[in-house]
Amino acid sequence: MAKLIGTDIVPPDLMAKITGRARYAEDFRVDGMVYAKLLVSPVPHARVKRIDASRALAMPGVVGILTADDLPELPAPGEQCLTNEPRYEGEPILAVAAVDERTAAEAVEAIEVELEELPFVLDPLESLKPGGPDAWTEGNVLVERKMKSLKWTGVDFSTVEQGQVPVGEPTAQWSLGDVDAALAAADYVLDESVVHQTQTHHPLEPRSTLAYWRNGKLFCHVSNQSTARMRTAMAAGMGLPMESVVVIAEYCGGGFGSKITGSPIMYVAPHFSKKLGRPVMHRVTRYEETHFGRSRPGFQARVRMGFRKDGRMTALDLFIVEDHGSYSGGGDYNTASNLAHFMYQPENMRLRAVPVFTNTPPRAAQRGPGGIQIVTILEPLVDKAAWALGMDRLEVRQKNAPRDGATFGPRGTTASSIHVQEAMEQGAELFGWKEKVALSRRKEGSRVTGVGMAISPYTAGSIGYDGLVIVRPDGKLYVQQGPGNLGTHSVMDTVRAACDALGMPWDQTEIVWGDTAKGLPWSCPQGGSQTTHAHTRANHAAGMDARRKIQDIAAQTLGGNPDDYDMAGGRVFAKSNPGQAMTFAQVAEKAIALGGRYDGHVVPEDIHAMTKEAAAMFVGQGLMGVARDNFGREANVTYSWTVGFALVEVDTETGEVDVKEYVAASDCGVVVHPRSLGAQVLGGSIQGMGVALRQRWVYDQRFGEALAKRLYTARPPGILDIPKEMKWSAVGIPDPATPVGAKGIGEPPMGAGGGAVVSAVADALGGTFLKRTPLTPDLILAHLAGVRKPWGPLEVHVG
Amino acid sequence: MDEVETRKLLERRLSRRTFIKGVVAAGATATASAYLFRASPLLGAVAQSTGERLLTLNVNGQQRRVDVLPNETLAQTLRYKLGLTGTKVGCDRAECGSCTVLIDGVSHYSCSVLTHTVRARSVTTIEGLQNPDTGQLHPVQQAVLDESGFQCAYCAPGFIMAMVELVETTPRFTRDEAAHALSGNLCRCGDYQKILNCAMRAGELARAARG
Repeated sequence: MAKLIGTDIVPPDLMAKITGRARYAEDFRVDGMVYAKLLVSPVPHARVKRIDASRALAMPGVVGILTADDLPELPAPGEQCLTNEPRYEGEPILAVAAVDERTAAEAVEAIEVELEELPFVLDPLESLKPGGPDAWTEGNVLVERKMKSLKWTGVDFSTVEQGQVPVGEPTAQWSLGDVDAALAAADYVLDESVVHQTQTHHPLEPRSTLAYWRNGKLFCHVSNQSTARMRTAMAAGMGLPMESVVVIAEYCGGGFGSKITGSPIMYVAPHFSKKLGRPVMHRVTRYEETHFGRSRPGFQARVRMGFRKDGRMTALDLFIVEDHGSYSGGGDYNTASNLAHFMYQPENMRLRAVPVFTNTPPRAAQRGPGGIQIVTILEPLVDKAAWALGMDRLEVRQKNAPRDGATFGPRGTTASSIHVQEAMEQGAELFGWKEKVALSRRKEGSRVTGVGMAISPYTAGSIGYDGLVIVRPDGKLYVQQGPGNLGTHSVMDTVRAACDALGMPWDQTEIVWGDTAKGLPWSCPQGGSQTTHAHTRANHAAGMDARRKIQDIAAQTLGGNPDDYDMAGGRVFAKSNPGQAMTFAQVAEKAIALGGRYDGHVVPEDIHAMTKEAAAMFVGQGLMGVARDNFGREANVTYSWTVGFALVEVDTETGEVDVKEYVAASDCGVVVHPRSLGAQVLGGSIQGMGVALRQRWVYDQRFGEALAKRLYTARPPGILDIPKEMKWSAVGIPDPATPVGAKGIGEPPMGAGGGAVVSAVADALGGTFLKRTPLTPDLILAHLAGVRKPWGPLEVHVG
Repeated sequence: MDEVETRKLLERRLSRRTFIKGVVAAGATATASAYLFRASPLLGAVAQSTGERLLTLNVNGQQRRVDVLPNETLAQTLRYKLGLTGTKVGCDRAECGSCTVLIDGVSHYSCSVLTHTVRARSVTTIEGLQNPDTGQLHPVQQAVLDESGFQCAYCAPGFIMAMVELVETTPRFTRDEAAHALSGNLCRCGDYQKILNCAMRAGELARAARG
């Protein structure tokens, strides 16, 4: 029968989403629930000297206060949900609970907090200057897990006047070959410094949490991307065994990496609820979301590239100063370096990097972490090299980008299926690269056309997770799903792998998800585009396990060998005589009668404890398929690619960039759900264009306070900002290292969209890359007017 | 900034701020508070002289009696007093459109409408679109199903209400016109292509229904 993989199926949760019945974390209500409000720091760095909550606690309706003193202390640079030493404006100091939110807010007003202000720093380079301030009293960098104060010399900083990032002592590095020698021998060398601004994630649903305790068990409604992994994260965070935590997260209003397994603020409600003995709803506001809702680390990067005359990149020297924010901000710089090597395969490469703590909001993975930064930095520079060498820009990329079997990074990492070349070919054809390039720099009134492209790889799959399915006496297939429902449809779409293994129609399949009390198997976290790969595998494993058991039962009941039987439409039948058959309902009854491994009395040893716990809930309820993904993987990692092509018009009078046409071609293996893939690729590309063109991040340099803290000042793309024409395609070459052949696709479109428009804008500006993103209209106008901006070329948090 | 400059700056700041030091944190939070609601006694609140008034609202064709504060927004009332949590609050400042509802058939950001101002008017939320007797979906809802609209769908109720206004007031519209009609709503997933597909399909279905 026809497979479900590769077809358009309406996700079964859509009905709830369009009728208002879909409940997100803040939509739940519990009897006796009280409401928490935060008191957040008004300054970027301070020490709490004294808290006087007596007036607040005396107010009618106020039920309690939670401060950092109520919580376990974490070693530096750990981030607790409340602090006595706020390290960024907006960091929560304490929470107050009351019978309603307004009373809680009024109580917060009545609290006196005495703060001793401490030195602060916003710009990583300022912190690295001799005598520069440190964001933490303990230092500004992390070396071997210890905080340290790192300062460069005045001589190091002498390059700043030329607009070049100083190359001081790094804290992380790797190298391949001899970069300096390769640069000296190169026919063409580039040496440029580029600033990539930090940007807030701004998922539309703020990260609210409702928590309550019953019989020693913690129940949490959390806005988060993962479900099974949120449970283990919450258990670890609260110091509880996994069995004592129930996570209910049926829907998530976007996370984009900021809610993979939640974020520190979600611990306010559980701790507070424990202290008060009442359910606590902690509703987070947009203003708060700006501050503690996570952000992508910005880069101040120095890039040196060497090329041979024929366009081959022979050397790449990256020096990245990462704005690490106030807490552990992720390793974007390292990912960026690996991706750079993967994209252009230079035989000689070096990364030197220093992630520096600053008194700005905490950083975290943001869709394509490190990816869109490096793609938007490198692609316009590769364009520049192509122009200097008199080569077509597509051709330079075809010359350098990897082919299947290539390796990358300092350890020669192998990837399972690399088809960026095919994606470039397909995308160029769909876009009409040759014809479009002919329009490049054409002027019409005040508008100039620019054409650009970008290649963007990212991780696309993990392995080794569990699948759990049950065929019940109602004849239906129940697929238990641990992944979160974060909007990508992967929690629904990966179920198809189990259906296809059993020939099971979609309308006889029930998906159970979103509540760990319902028995969910061990799953990957929903980050790094892992899920489609990981859970088509896990569900294929569970489906095949069920298939073998069904064949066994058919052979035992109807005679012959298990292999004589096939299945489709909820029936198992003899291949030679389709009339010799059992329904799945009969099979389920038989499985229960047989017991043992057939109905979950006996489960495999190698499945995770969470899966064993889930399986135990369904013992004797039907035929159980349960297995770990033991398919292995030939290569070290799985990566997908998106290649983006953009045609823009830059208005030289307004500085506005109008993206007229956009095409994205992807290499993501077998396509599971075409319509949803298109949505991921185009939606991700639009987000990337937002990063590259419009989402501002501005701080008051004197007081360290956020200025662009709302959606209208840090505005993501709206419906009028998107290209009129957008097309997508997929190469569709199955990944041989995974049984279903599918890879993830969430991350790569970010860099493709962002990189292609930055490349196109530079083209429109006569081949001039402004070496800073976002490319806001004022930046473009200042360039066109030849006006110096009021800030230096390397300064951050200014636009 | 060098060290000396930084120190000077800090000194200036401290002197500027010392006089409000004791309450500085509290003041900042006051402006930070976005929509705040006062629960009704049913939700366990203690009785205070809050100035609540009992109003009758027409919501989704039903008369609903509810205690409302003078400064209470419609989004608060719907979500926390009438149990209509389908209306989402993404920003509470008329920036994102997640809270869009119809008031007398016209789309409004319910985060920015005071409840007492809609007393004599008819309010429609996402929960009011499906026919409660037949279960029949509104053409816009059907269009979203047909086109598999939305990703995380936190914006969906707002977009759907804006689309309802569009199809019910505009017999024919182009994709461009649909984009303008929906430009008061944000989709952070960037799923605008599918949203426009939904709007165009909704237009077709609405025309077919009108015959």
